[in-house]
Amino acid sequence: MAKLYTEKPSNSNTFKPKTETIKFLLNYSKALNVSVYKGLKFESLNN
Amino acid sequence: MNSKSISDATLVSQYIKGDEPSLSILIKRHQQRLYSFIYSKVYDRDVTEDVFQDTFIKVIRTLKRGNYNEEGKFLPWVMRIAHNLVIDHFRKNNRMPKFNNSGDFDIFSVLSDGALNAEGELVKSQIARDVRAMVEELPEEQKSVLVMRIYNDMSFKEISESTGVSINTALGRMRYALINLRKLIEKHNIVLTN
Repeated sequence: MAKLYTEKPSNSNTFKPKTETIKFLLNYSKALNVSVYKGLKFESLNN
Repeated sequence: MNSKSISDATLVSQYIKGDEPSLSILIKRHQQRLYSFIYSKVYDRDVTEDVFQDTFIKVIRTLKRGNYNEEGKFLPWVMRIAHNLVIDHFRKNNRMPKFNNSGDFDIFSVLSDGALNAEGELVKSQIARDVRAMVEELPEEQKSVLVMRIYNDMSFKEISESTGVSINTALGRMRYALINLRKLIEKHNIVLTN
């Protein structure tokens, strides 16, 4: 009798960015500060 | 509240107001889709990782600067940024060919000046001769339009003025000339590649 392969191979981890990348992005977001002075926007990284 | 039930738009506006965890939810929600999208274009893990990171850096900067226009299309917007960055990546790679160290090092693969070698020149001249011979086989009207357009680099407006037919007729003749050329190539079984 033919075998039934109903279970899908798990590839949930294969197409995900590395944890370090996510961590970097979240830290970058926390560190980035945009200040407005006389209508001009300035970015600064408070790290 | 369950983070799954919060819409992207709400998370974005919360993030703009300074709620950092909202960004984390947004990234986690879309990371797989975005990552797969980039990977499907570049087929390289490291490049995918870089483009993914650059995409979100751009997202973060745009949101923090208040330049984001909420239209309920957060994911398509992010995808568009990623798409543009992928194009930038390919453009950059074209300008600066990467040295591929595969063991046997060939300096000329890096230093090539783009000119053809002796064999290439010979093949090129043969191709030009073959094409010229086939052009001669075309009906006179089609041949003259094709010669004026391709060899004399005239616009269709100029062609129509010099032959006394309308632009549409000139376009039609050009079209038939190309169709007939393709037929001739097939008929004579000619390979026109260098």
